[in-house]
Amino acid sequence: MTYQNNPPVVSRLSQSITTICLAVGIILALLIAGKTSSAAMQFHAFILIATFFAGIVALFNLGGRINDSNHKPSPSGVYYNNTIVKYGVIASCFWGLAGFIVGDVLAWELAFPVLNMDMPWTNFGRLRPLHTSAVIFAFGGNVLIATSFYVVQRTCKARLAGEIAPWFVFWGYQLFIVLAATGYLLGITQSKEYAEPEWYVDLWLTIVWVVYLLVFLGTIWRRKEPHIYVANWFYLAFIVTIAMLHLVNNATLPISLVEPKSYTLFAGVQDALTQWWYGHNAVGFFLTAGFLAIMYYFVPKRAERPIYSYRLSIVHFWSLIFLYIWAGPHHLHYTALPDWAQTLGMTFSVMLWMPSWGGMINGLMTLSGAWDKLRTDPVLKMLVVSVAFYGMSTFEGPLMSIKAVNGLSHYTDWTIGHVHSGALGWVAYVSFGALYCLTPWLWGRKGLYSLKLVNIHFWVSTVGILLYICAMWVSGIMQGLMWRAYTDLGFLEYSFVETVAAMQPYYIIRAIGGLLFIVGSLVMVYNLWRTILGHTAGEQSPENISKAIAAQALGE
Amino acid sequence: MKLLNKHAVFEKNSILLLVGILIMVSIGGLVEIVPLFYLENTIEKVEGVRPYTPLELAGRNIYIREGCYTCHSQMIRSTRDEVERYGHYSLAAESMYDHPFLWGSKRNGPDLARVGNKYSDDWHREHLKAPSSVVPETIMPGYPFLAETKLAYENIGLDIKTNQMIGVPYTDEQVENAVEDLKAQLDENSDGYDAFMERYPSAQVRDFDGNPREITELDALIAYLQMLGTLVDFSIYDESENNR
Repeated sequence: MTYQNNPPVVSRLSQSITTICLAVGIILALLIAGKTSSAAMQFHAFILIATFFAGIVALFNLGGRINDSNHKPSPSGVYYNNTIVKYGVIASCFWGLAGFIVGDVLAWELAFPVLNMDMPWTNFGRLRPLHTSAVIFAFGGNVLIATSFYVVQRTCKARLAGEIAPWFVFWGYQLFIVLAATGYLLGITQSKEYAEPEWYVDLWLTIVWVVYLLVFLGTIWRRKEPHIYVANWFYLAFIVTIAMLHLVNNATLPISLVEPKSYTLFAGVQDALTQWWYGHNAVGFFLTAGFLAIMYYFVPKRAERPIYSYRLSIVHFWSLIFLYIWAGPHHLHYTALPDWAQTLGMTFSVMLWMPSWGGMINGLMTLSGAWDKLRTDPVLKMLVVSVAFYGMSTFEGPLMSIKAVNGLSHYTDWTIGHVHSGALGWVAYVSFGALYCLTPWLWGRKGLYSLKLVNIHFWVSTVGILLYICAMWVSGIMQGLMWRAYTDLGFLEYSFVETVAAMQPYYIIRAIGGLLFIVGSLVMVYNLWRTILGHTAGEQSPENISKAIAAQALGE
Repeated sequence: MKLLNKHAVFEKNSILLLVGILIMVSIGGLVEIVPLFYLENTIEKVEGVRPYTPLELAGRNIYIREGCYTCHSQMIRSTRDEVERYGHYSLAAESMYDHPFLWGSKRNGPDLARVGNKYSDDWHREHLKAPSSVVPETIMPGYPFLAETKLAYENIGLDIKTNQMIGVPYTDEQVENAVEDLKAQLDENSDGYDAFMERYPSAQVRDFDGNPREITELDALIAYLQMLGTLVDFSIYDESENNR
């Protein structure tokens, strides 16, 4: 494996093949643009043409620069591909902010419906998928791609496989996001939650995802270590399972190859369970397995301690991926789904509590002997609290999957609160922790611009999350109880709209919580930006910690 | 723990790891989903359930496009309060032609599985244009643009055809006459009325948006809303036949 220690080169052949593929893409997009009756799809075709064209230009202009770049090998002699991770860090910040802001706009719309402005592209119905896709796929997805590209290189001591392929994954994924997001605003959706993009956007994501899998596997194949590190098991499970879920749940037949509309192959109850098999495992494999991989790399790295238990990792991994898949039916309790399927879903959801907490314990106990660092290192604090939130929401989840509890919680804000304790507390916090680690490492800074700002970010966001989930607990449980309240005479006590009106104070509290979370994220982006610029805030005390970590990272 | 020591096999071979993952994540889905395509109570037919008319299908697609499913469920659970509030619990058969299903997951607004014929067309027109004009406390956005937007129905034949290809029992006649049927459902006096009623005997026919000069998106959406949950006659439906 001689290429390990040579500067990376882009071969003429791969450059030509990519150019031909992009050119074919342009021709196809031109055909669609000419034939479609949908203005929205025409718009998408023009986006495709512009992007593919930019790709060809970039191949000729930037392609050469990879060869003669000012890349320096790491001390162990590996030319790591750091640039792509840097792009991922910036994209994560951008999409994170965008997704949070849209989310808070929606929160205010629910509190004050006049804010909908009664236009198609500002109404709640079209913005809601924009929010969920932006935070899950745009923010979460970019964090996962960036961290996986970083982690797989370091743990394999090998350069990322391919020179063009990783960039295709990165830009192809951004293109997917733009097509999906603009599609929702223009009314292109297949309505399946977290799988709203229509067939042609799904196809594009499939191509990108397969290349992503190949880049990831290809890097593993180059590894110098005999063992594949535990974080990579989780990344691999995330990539492979998402591919499976995506293909099955998005099995549709378009009405024409030049029209955006398609119809799902499955209908009714079969489609419902397929969707929630997908939906719950988007949580299980995108938002859990992928981010557990982040935990398994960044928590030990930041705490400078090995993973608490290697054996627990093994049990955690296999039991988690096996049990998660069964949990989908708990989204369909008391519906037309057969009872046995509901009960099966509930049973496995309750069992899922065990591996989830096994993972949490493995993460938290990694701090054994390093708990004192929580006092001095707010980044580690963020990582640890994310694991604590993971523990909390993976306890709440099994609880809510019990049919009797679900009878109350389903269709209410309790679900929304549950999702956000996981999404904000776990996914976003572990991502923020990773971004705070990566930025100084990648840009070769001694530490972050300001640890004090990290602390401010942490507290402002935490207050925001608590306001959010407490408000949703109250409103959700209250609404569930009001729906089933009876008068002494045996009539339903409340009309539906009375239960809506009762929610307003909690919707306002929730929207304020969301706003605080955005403020915290802005503080982070500012901090990371100043770090990239190489500034330091001149704080003295805990600097030595980040110095040590940075030195270690650079020394790697 | 000798077993755990053998785990090194997976850690040293990425393909073995990959295959192991694929096997582990396939089992649950196969066990839970596949039977649904064969079990009697998930595929049985109930009298009255029929495919959507072209106009209703167009309305359903507007319902999807505007994201109505993000706030309204179409699935009445089998609990006392839901049945009293919304009507008979939803049957699997009632969404058997729904590609995709629209059961929803959140009720920012009420369930709509049986909203059909509960309110007048007039009420729907006012409500969709400015919801707070008829329900002051509502948090629903207004959709005034639906009444002003002409329905794009040129491709409705393709829509019906595609549904036929994936198993919805539309006849070839229904596919060929999709556009005529769409127009006929809006006008009792049209030439196509008799043929339409023959093809869709239980369909409701009238000008839904109160504007006979134009076929608007509001026509289609109200036509869809007014038929929701009305197909099965529960006064003659035998529950014991469909125990789940």
